[in-house]
Amino acid sequence: MIKEILEEVEDLDTKIKTLERKAMKESSELTMAADTLEDSFDEINEEMETLDEYNSRLDRLKEMRRYALESAVHLAPDEKVFLARHMQRPHIDDFINGLFTDFFEQKGDHLYDEDLSIYGGIARFHGIPVTVLGHRKGHTMEDNMKYNFGMPCPEGYRKALRLMNAAEKFGRPIITFIDTPGAYPGLEAEEHGQGEAIAQNLAKMSQFHVPVIAVVTGEGSSGGALAIGVANRILMLENAVYSILSPEGFASILWKDAERHKEAAKLMKLTADDLYDAGVCDEVIGEPVGGAQRDYDEVMHNLDGVLYRHLKELMKLSPSGCKHDRQKKYRMIG
Amino acid sequence: MSALIDAVSFPARAKRDQSGLNLKNGESPDFITCKACNRRALRTIWKDNYYVCPECGHYSSIGAIYRMSLIFDPGTFKELNKGMKAKDPMKFPEYEQKVAKQREKTGLEEAAVTAVGRIGGNKVVCVVLDSRFFMGSMSSTVGEKVTRAIEVATRKKLPLIIFSASGGARMQEGIFSLMQMAKTSAAIEEFNKSGGLYISYLTHPTTGGVTASFASLGDITLAEPGALVGFAGPRVIEQTIHKKLPAGFQRSEYLEAHGFVDKIVERKDMRETLIKLIELHKK
Repeated sequence: MIKEILEEVEDLDTKIKTLERKAMKESSELTMAADTLEDSFDEINEEMETLDEYNSRLDRLKEMRRYALESAVHLAPDEKVFLARHMQRPHIDDFINGLFTDFFEQKGDHLYDEDLSIYGGIARFHGIPVTVLGHRKGHTMEDNMKYNFGMPCPEGYRKALRLMNAAEKFGRPIITFIDTPGAYPGLEAEEHGQGEAIAQNLAKMSQFHVPVIAVVTGEGSSGGALAIGVANRILMLENAVYSILSPEGFASILWKDAERHKEAAKLMKLTADDLYDAGVCDEVIGEPVGGAQRDYDEVMHNLDGVLYRHLKELMKLSPSGCKHDRQKKYRMIG
Repeated sequence: MSALIDAVSFPARAKRDQSGLNLKNGESPDFITCKACNRRALRTIWKDNYYVCPECGHYSSIGAIYRMSLIFDPGTFKELNKGMKAKDPMKFPEYEQKVAKQREKTGLEEAAVTAVGRIGGNKVVCVVLDSRFFMGSMSSTVGEKVTRAIEVATRKKLPLIIFSASGGARMQEGIFSLMQMAKTSAAIEEFNKSGGLYISYLTHPTTGGVTASFASLGDITLAEPGALVGFAGPRVIEQTIHKKLPAGFQRSEYLEAHGFVDKIVERKDMRETLIKLIELHKK
């Protein structure tokens, strides 16, 4: 299981880091000793042996890590679900920091409330002004709670629509990042029209004349994901998943047993590769072995290139061509 | 159960009504027992009351074809894409057999019935989701039939009436089911822009992806009394918030009070209300 593999790898990471520090210290002491001729020949010899010992231990540990990661190259769907939900996975704020400049946050639906589970605003991507927004989860339990685990209420969807309407008005492309367990199933959320808010977003997003690109970065679950995901291009990180609902929900509806979620994940065809095969996802973006949380820089680099290429392509379309391109994509499904 | 289903699936099931299915339950075919109050009444009385319980007023689910027969001028409606069958895009285990069972039970090919016909002399496009077929869940074929019906209304500049009833997504069709929300909503928005009138009529139960797409996008939103209408199901909400939900939560009356329904319309007034609204929107 990827969980155990990651635990092992993280353990090795720590050991390697500690040992690297030790080796570094030893080597700098050695250099100093050699420079000042302070230590005796025997002492230097001994220190050199220690350093050799460190280095060979390091090699062994790195070999073990490589070996452990090799077993994480091919993952089962439920393992991908685990990675998609990993708390240290890059989130919307990381993507905004890593890929955009001049970010100006826009808050609130300007109707009733500020929903923190949706984060977005205006920014530049490769110098081009765009509207960027997405679900926000946070990297700590405290932040998770503050952002309601990335589960928006109607106010969040209306905020997203407000930002997107402005993008349409000013001709800015829209880039959305999808990472949500779904729309929040709460009492007030229902009273305030969860269904209506999602429906409005679907209807209005279908009409935009500006390019819309959606990137599924973690878990894309249900209408809560789709509500910011009606796009010309749907990109997915390699370990992201996209489905009608969580495997747990699926298992409990179909078999009245949420414990069968692994089995459900397999049947649901929810991985990036599955969705690519189904013609829903347009491109899968590679992640470091073991998951995106292992190397943010690599993820940003991979995503930046793909995103820019798709945006450039879409910006060549006329406004009405852009709208038709998006409508055609959904019209063809089913 | 079967007694009720047979009673209401007029006219396709009229023959089956006398086929002995009712007798299997040890029940007389002349009576219907109300699911809500458990009291019995003559089938003819139920029928005259549009299958609303004459004792307690409970709204029994009715079949799509029967509902159409209640609203259209007699003999004026023609089904669109009648033969369109459910697909199995995910090759989901046992799905085909399950669909076959639904087909057998209802006499329908899918959960959506779409038609063109006249109401009070006015030509309209009408969609009815049938809750007896897989809980009216949104399959790719349901999405496709609904979308095509909306497109006909757009092209021919006809008013559009959609009776929603749905348990949500069709699990067995996965992401293809989800994407129908985007497809149908886009079609509604195009229809909207063409200036057409869309009356969304919410019936029991309207939940999940149907609530979060075309059902919530009407120019006029009507609802049958007591219908459950919401995005998340009440059980999921209770599990999430660890609280009991207030009485009447997510029922039509609750939605009306919270600003999402124009009017709750009884089944017996359904046709007259629709005619009035269509006439009011004539240019």
